[in-house]
Amino acid sequence: MTIGIEHYLTLSAILFTIGIFGIFLNRKNVIIILMSVELMLLAVNVNLVAFSAFLQDMVGQVFAMMVLTVAAAEAAIGLAILVVFFRSRGSIAVEDVNMMKG
Amino acid sequence: MESFVSLNLGLARPEIFLAVASLALLVLGAWGGDRSTRLIGWASVASLVIAIALTATDGAAGLAFNGLFVADAFAAFAKIVAFGAAAVAIIVALDQMARDGVVRFELPLLMLLASLGMALMISANDLIALYVGLELQSLALYVVAAIRRDTVKSTEAGLKYFVLGALSSGMLLYGSSLIYGFSGSTSFETLAAALAGEPSLGLIVGLVFLCAGLAFKISAVPFHMWTPDVYEGAPTPITAFFAAAPKVAAMALFARVLIGPFGEMDDQWRQIIVVVAVLSMILGAVAAIAQKNIKRLMAYSSIGNVGYALVGLAAGTAAGINGLLLYMAIYVVMTIGAFAVIMAMRRQGQGVEEISDLAGLSQSQRGLAVALAIFMFSMAGIPPLAGFFGKFFVFNAAIAAGLYGLAVIGVLTSVVSAFYYIRIVKVMFFDPATTPFDRVPGTLRAVLIASVVVISFGFLAGGPVIELSTAAADSLFAG
Repeated sequence: MTIGIEHYLTLSAILFTIGIFGIFLNRKNVIIILMSVELMLLAVNVNLVAFSAFLQDMVGQVFAMMVLTVAAAEAAIGLAILVVFFRSRGSIAVEDVNMMKG
Repeated sequence: MESFVSLNLGLARPEIFLAVASLALLVLGAWGGDRSTRLIGWASVASLVIAIALTATDGAAGLAFNGLFVADAFAAFAKIVAFGAAAVAIIVALDQMARDGVVRFELPLLMLLASLGMALMISANDLIALYVGLELQSLALYVVAAIRRDTVKSTEAGLKYFVLGALSSGMLLYGSSLIYGFSGSTSFETLAAALAGEPSLGLIVGLVFLCAGLAFKISAVPFHMWTPDVYEGAPTPITAFFAAAPKVAAMALFARVLIGPFGEMDDQWRQIIVVVAVLSMILGAVAAIAQKNIKRLMAYSSIGNVGYALVGLAAGTAAGINGLLLYMAIYVVMTIGAFAVIMAMRRQGQGVEEISDLAGLSQSQRGLAVALAIFMFSMAGIPPLAGFFGKFFVFNAAIAAGLYGLAVIGVLTSVVSAFYYIRIVKVMFFDPATTPFDRVPGTLRAVLIASVVVISFGFLAGGPVIELSTAAADSLFAG
């Protein structure tokens, strides 16, 4: 069996779905949400690099580098906000993020 | 390979200026600390004013950065509205946060960086540029929402905004990656050419993900759930900023993406936009009725207003985009005005946010009550106030494009939403008076007077603005 573009796309779709479910089904800890967000962005990167190789086009890899960079900044800001939240609330459980009901 | 000259840096003068200014002010802040907050705040406002001047005087249209960046009349119009809203928001935020005892030089800087991100979004001509601009704006806004780091509400607003914003960025990116893979390009020009034929399934899925990501950013139903919580939790001047400038930028980006590269796929995206617009208008009208907190009410009102603006986008014609631009410009003025009144709701230095706190305002502070009444009547769409003309242009475009059902639903929901707008007027004028609010500070007074004048007498001077927005809408279809 040769590994083709469709295998990469399937893998990436599965990772992306796990990421989305990780955000919505997780009832425990906000850190898990941050991990799920990273998983989603990495799934996108798998997609981009696979397409880039398949199309023989460098733009996809440039895009993947951009996504990596921005994801690092995003994780830093997310963790910083989480630390600030923990200091004022004393907990990072998802069910404690409930001061306002939406 | 393109030479350095073909970067066309001159077209991106406002953005380059803002980037340099924000970095210089950041150094100044790191050196001067929180003592320099006032200086940095006013320098940020001055930078935005200079950026507006650079945008307004620069009539040239064209591509810069090897096609990643586009400057045209559409971008110029949206940028001027977004920069203007951001400048006013910084002025009132400085004043209000100082009254709350929060003096941080990072606040005006982050708002300036967010404005830079908005400008890059508005001028994006490539999926990569779109993503980077959007993230520059969003990352700054997440921090701004949590700027009151000593209060649970503000940090919780920041956390919720971050999680849902990151989710929406992920969806937008996944859509972008599929679009890139199935068309072979990220540039809007090449995409428009590549999508001319029968679209493949992968492209349609990519388009849906991209629309979902962008709908999150403009807080359209069904991606609105973060809006009420973030609006309630963030400090009021920050909420005013969130409700005004980023909405304009995201809406302009939405219009550019759908009209430009996906112009040929309008049968596909129109279905999405019509459904999103109808749901937003209905939820904005119905859910706001039960609200007791005025900031939550404004959140639902902004969801409804986004729905009305999307009606113009659903039309997909130059008239529709013209309506969208006018609607967003008028919406920004109304929103800033209404939030200026909310910021003036203070008793003994403490902000109050319940609608019942407004009771009898007409007896204690007549000017404030009249101003809020004008904004509420304008949002309800009563002529000759500016809000009526926004709705008029949008619905007119929808009818001209044959979207009769959408226009009828829009008119019906605006009748329903008139109920809660006018209820606020009733509370202010006919309910027994409570303790009066504190004296309104000078900056708020100036913002209030300016927005009341624009909303009440805007129709007298509307001609030139409509000319500008028509030219802006036409430039989107020329390319």
